[in-house]
Amino acid sequence: MKKIVKYVIIDILRNRIIIGYTFLLTILSFSVFNLETNASKGILSLLNVILIIVPLVSIIFSTIYLYNATEFIELLVSQPLKRKNIWISQFAGLSLALSLAFLIGTGIPILLFDESGAGLMITLMGVFLSVIFVALAMLAAVFTRDKAKGIGISILLWLFFALLYDGLVLFLLFQLMDYPVEKGLVALSMLNPVDLSRILILLKLDISALMGATSAVFNSFFGQNWGMILAFTAMLLWIFIPLGISIRKFNTKDL
Amino acid sequence: MIIASNVSKNFGKLKALNDISVTCNRGQSISLIGPNGSGKTTFIKCILGMVVPDSGFITFNRQNIAKDWRYREQIGYMPQIGRYPDNMTVGQLFRMMKDIRKNLHNDIDEELLEAFDLNKISNKRMRTLSGGTRQKVSASLAFLFSPKVLILDEPTAGLDPVSSEILKDKIRKEKTAGKLILITSHILSDLDDIVTEVIYMQEGQLIFHKPIDLLKKETGEERLSRAIANIMTRN
Repeated sequence: MKKIVKYVIIDILRNRIIIGYTFLLTILSFSVFNLETNASKGILSLLNVILIIVPLVSIIFSTIYLYNATEFIELLVSQPLKRKNIWISQFAGLSLALSLAFLIGTGIPILLFDESGAGLMITLMGVFLSVIFVALAMLAAVFTRDKAKGIGISILLWLFFALLYDGLVLFLLFQLMDYPVEKGLVALSMLNPVDLSRILILLKLDISALMGATSAVFNSFFGQNWGMILAFTAMLLWIFIPLGISIRKFNTKDL
Repeated sequence: MIIASNVSKNFGKLKALNDISVTCNRGQSISLIGPNGSGKTTFIKCILGMVVPDSGFITFNRQNIAKDWRYREQIGYMPQIGRYPDNMTVGQLFRMMKDIRKNLHNDIDEELLEAFDLNKISNKRMRTLSGGTRQKVSASLAFLFSPKVLILDEPTAGLDPVSSEILKDKIRKEKTAGKLILITSHILSDLDDIVTEVIYMQEGQLIFHKPIDLLKKETGEERLSRAIANIMTRN
């Protein structure tokens, strides 16, 4: 399995896009930190960029890569290798490459400019989001043979998690304004990895008061240890559930 | 060695394989013959585990292949259309395959690689190769690990006459070494002196599975192509 991961990573690195992505993140982070005098403000500006760009690049790049690797996967399946291992290797290779790009592009500037816990949290969440959206791409790619359809599904998934979901939650909030729904909001935030990471990062910054009354609920929930554990479990589930479903599908897929 | 029992596979409404049962033994050299779309390639892919049958099962040395992937160590497969990673060079491809399969106990057989002179083009990227050269790469890969079973899907299609003869000589050599060989081909004259048994398929069904001598006797024809033509017209 290690060998296949090695070849997947060599193949990804041969593709210049991932290097361009690292470069883009580096420029973005440095310029944000240099523009803002306060590192905490810099993190906040960076946060919005990261929550949009990291999932987008992860899911689209992975989906296209998986479709382009069809030949490679076909070749491997006819060899003495376990199907499950082939699929997991693809996942591991993509996750490693994208996480590494994020860590170099954003992690290093954050380490240089920011010493607070928020910097660590944003780095951690960026890695989580990269891996989660690779897993979602695996799911989109395994279910459709058609490349255009697969990429379409990926874009829709990203749109849903990055933009539409918030709109839906807001709509729901306005409808239920008269009821105490703050607790429900915590549950709803778990259903979207992008939202969950946004909340976790905002709570580490001192500006969580901006979120109004709900922030008190979030604060009391995620401020506790078990709340944090629950949040991280949710993030892990966001990796393993899509990956697990895609493995099961891949095991019986006709090539 | 390979036993398929009641294997069926549907692609949507199309019955690609309909209740196929076949037994293939060591030392046999079996030709799969049938019109286009009769399910030959699907059957081969089922043996390789690339296509999962809807019902029925296949065993390799009495092991159900659905549960054990290790049996593929003993198979060399040459696909009909060799599809390889575009960005890889020929040399890289061979190095990778050796790397993946190396720790196994079979020895490396580079006879075809040398006969086809593939070392000369080891720096060329796979996407720049012509169809025939790709076939040569596929063939060399299939024989590379001296497998006990060779599955060749249209091996000579697209090869020039010289390369085609080189490949056929190699197949004959492996046959005398007692290996199980499964070939599909539409060029029946190619198969004449290679094949010992014939499996005839039509529309996903197995029409017959007979030794070639019996087939020739029944039809009264000396050559395989004539014998098959005889049967096809009779049907």
